[in-house]
Amino acid sequence: MDATAGKDKEKSVLDGGARKTGMNMRDLAIRYGFLTLLVGLIVFFSFFTRGFASPQAAVFILQSVSITGILALGVTATLVVGGFDLSIGSIATSAMMAAAYVMVVMEQNALVAVIACLAIGAIVGLINGLIICYMRVPDLLATLGMMFLLIGLQRIPTEGRSIAAGMTLPDGSTAPGQFSASFLALGRHRFDFFLPNLVPASVVVLIVLAILIWFFLEYTRFGRMMYAVGSNARAAEFAGAPVKAYKIWAYVISGIFASIGGILLAARLGRGDIASGNNLLLDAVAAALIGFAVLGAAKPNAFGTAIGALFVGVLLQGLTMMNVPYYTQDFVKGAVLMIALMFTFALSARNAR
Amino acid sequence: MGESAVFRIASLRKSFGPIQVLRGVDLELHAGEVTVLMGANGAGKSTLVKIVSGVYRLDGGSMTLAGQSFEPVTPAEAMRSGVVTVHQNINDGVVSALDVATNLTLDRLNGAGAKFFFSRRQVRREARAVAERMGLDIDLRADIVDLSLADRQMVSIARAMAHEPKVMILDEPTSSLSASEASRLFELIDRLRARGVAILYISHRMSDIRRVADRIVSLRDGAIAGLFEEKPLDYEGAVEAMLGRRIGRTSVAVKEGSRPVFAAEDLQIAPGARPFGLSLAAGEVVAVTGLVGVGKTALAETLFGIRQPLSGRMRLGGAEYRPKTPAEAIRSGVFLVAKDRADSGIVPEFNIYENMSLPFLKRLSHLGIMRRRAERRLARRQIEGLKIVCRNERDDMSMLSGGNQQKVMVARWLSYPADLLILDEPFQGVDIAARHDIAAKLRASAGERATLLFLTELDEALETADRILVMSEHTIIGEHRNADIDMDRLLAEVAGRDLAGAA
Repeated sequence: MDATAGKDKEKSVLDGGARKTGMNMRDLAIRYGFLTLLVGLIVFFSFFTRGFASPQAAVFILQSVSITGILALGVTATLVVGGFDLSIGSIATSAMMAAAYVMVVMEQNALVAVIACLAIGAIVGLINGLIICYMRVPDLLATLGMMFLLIGLQRIPTEGRSIAAGMTLPDGSTAPGQFSASFLALGRHRFDFFLPNLVPASVVVLIVLAILIWFFLEYTRFGRMMYAVGSNARAAEFAGAPVKAYKIWAYVISGIFASIGGILLAARLGRGDIASGNNLLLDAVAAALIGFAVLGAAKPNAFGTAIGALFVGVLLQGLTMMNVPYYTQDFVKGAVLMIALMFTFALSARNAR
Repeated sequence: MGESAVFRIASLRKSFGPIQVLRGVDLELHAGEVTVLMGANGAGKSTLVKIVSGVYRLDGGSMTLAGQSFEPVTPAEAMRSGVVTVHQNINDGVVSALDVATNLTLDRLNGAGAKFFFSRRQVRREARAVAERMGLDIDLRADIVDLSLADRQMVSIARAMAHEPKVMILDEPTSSLSASEASRLFELIDRLRARGVAILYISHRMSDIRRVADRIVSLRDGAIAGLFEEKPLDYEGAVEAMLGRRIGRTSVAVKEGSRPVFAAEDLQIAPGARPFGLSLAAGEVVAVTGLVGVGKTALAETLFGIRQPLSGRMRLGGAEYRPKTPAEAIRSGVFLVAKDRADSGIVPEFNIYENMSLPFLKRLSHLGIMRRRAERRLARRQIEGLKIVCRNERDDMSMLSGGNQQKVMVARWLSYPADLLILDEPFQGVDIAARHDIAAKLRASAGERATLLFLTELDEALETADRILVMSEHTIIGEHRNADIDMDRLLAEVAGRDLAGAA
């Protein structure tokens, strides 16, 4: 392809000076470039830091990305149908506040708290979907609006205070309830896995949800149709798909996943912290977008999203262990995202001539 | 006129990876002449156009414009040198957010010497000059979005003319125009010819070619297969050179339908239109023809549940049929190969087999899980049955030529038996060889279903149908058996003349 010879050179530079050996080299770079980079990072950190190559560190990384990862998997569903969900972060924090409120103020048990959170996620997702599909509000704007609404709403019941056992309620009395032990276990219990007390519950939840959504999107007819809706909605409709229903379901899935993230956040913190969860949205969206670059998919996909989340986790953990200051973290994440996006759109798009 | 070549291409070569697309093309364009370039899909027409218009670079050979070497690196450079291209996709040639006047003068806003501020009055004055020169009769203040496709086409050609080009390339300019719109375009081409522009006209349509050609060049497999410039032009020879085999006038072995499959009574599909009846039988192929905008697509969409009839009843296989959505239509056994495959057929992110199986995911899955092996087996069978040119069923749609993409769309809806198969303009942007393959497949498989085609091109209807219905003003006004057709009556009906008398 002589027409793109000049651009091939650019890519060679990106590849770290790989020699231009035609289509195959580029295909390989597109397909396995990001995974190679991930493996390279792991090898690098294993050599240059102490304790990186240990089961504990691996589990720690998984735990650090579990909540973001779950949110990212949910937003992947909306990306697949050609939408976007900016409200996931605020759904997660609303679910966290709701869990705390249900247990601490309303004195309910863990099960009620979990059900309340899931219901909030599903309902908010449903409302997002209905507004986008039936009132024709663009997805970014509708979910942006929903994000504001929820950030405000979650502060109203407690007049802007965080929720913890023994807190003072707006009417002056002391909150009667507390976080139930079984709820806290969601955030703190560790399962035995070769080593005793190794794998936290949140990691198990992440892995189960990742496999579920991956299987759903890749192997079921519903997932296939969701991709069709995202790629050409009119063609999908003419092939008999209820396009609006698929879109609405995508937002419901996104809402439910975000609320599961919120449940885990509440369980980990043990309180309804008004200030936590600020970074959830950006981190989750970044993971899903980084996922475009994995295996040269150039489209939203669950496996890529999981790898994207893992990539960010590995990088941050490694850098932290090399004593890189915490305040550089967002910069690093942004840089990874930008590189992944350039990788996806500059290289893979050219591939699909 | 046109003794010396203004534009000359000599032994032009171009490869994409291992595939040699152009293998030594020689071509001359003369001032004041229309040279028609014919070629089946995949012959290299688009690549040739893209090289001439500066999108691709050539690998070997040379191009000269007015005696000087011409090797544009960008489309803008080609345009400034005096070679302008009007692309097939009409909306590529106009900026729909702006009005006609701004579009006509748009290219002056770029490039050296463009002023930072522009005066509306000056824009309009220049635009009026361009419009007058081209005999363009369009409100200059109208927004492009409010114009018909034909008017947009005119604007994009007039816009190209604002450069005073020496060479103009028209890439299938009539592919989305009706006959009357096309005739306006031909008048414009006559005007360009009179002004001494060398025109390269790329088309599949014989009626266009007969109307405009001064010379015909046939391209086959990346090389010139024939040059025809002696009057009268040998059209059949040109087609033969292009295809490398003779496609004679296909005389359809007209079949009678067996049992009735579909019937409509008093169907009204537009306000004020005369209600009409329609009955279709198993085994017959029926073509509905008529000009663009007479309601062919509206009828197709009504039958497929995309829109609702204003009044009337439809029956399918004896039962009441009133689909509210395409999904309902498909469940009832009515399939539609929709018009404009890029817009409403192809899922660009899907490969061939995923595109084919799309409407039948339920049948091709078990407990919701896709049976990919069955999907791919089905796709392989269809690829073979319709002679789709591809490496295998996992190829991306973007790798296929237009004709093969359309074959995939037809194959999609032939995957499972239908009671009524509707095809709306299935031969749009499809080369003649692919068109014959599709038509032959439709006729061969017509056995148990009714087949209804919507075709603007009369030739296509004559080639494929057992029965031809004529539409005008959202109603059916004529019916012909495709054997000893009274062409005079048919053409009169297409022109809508019969309407008053028949009512």
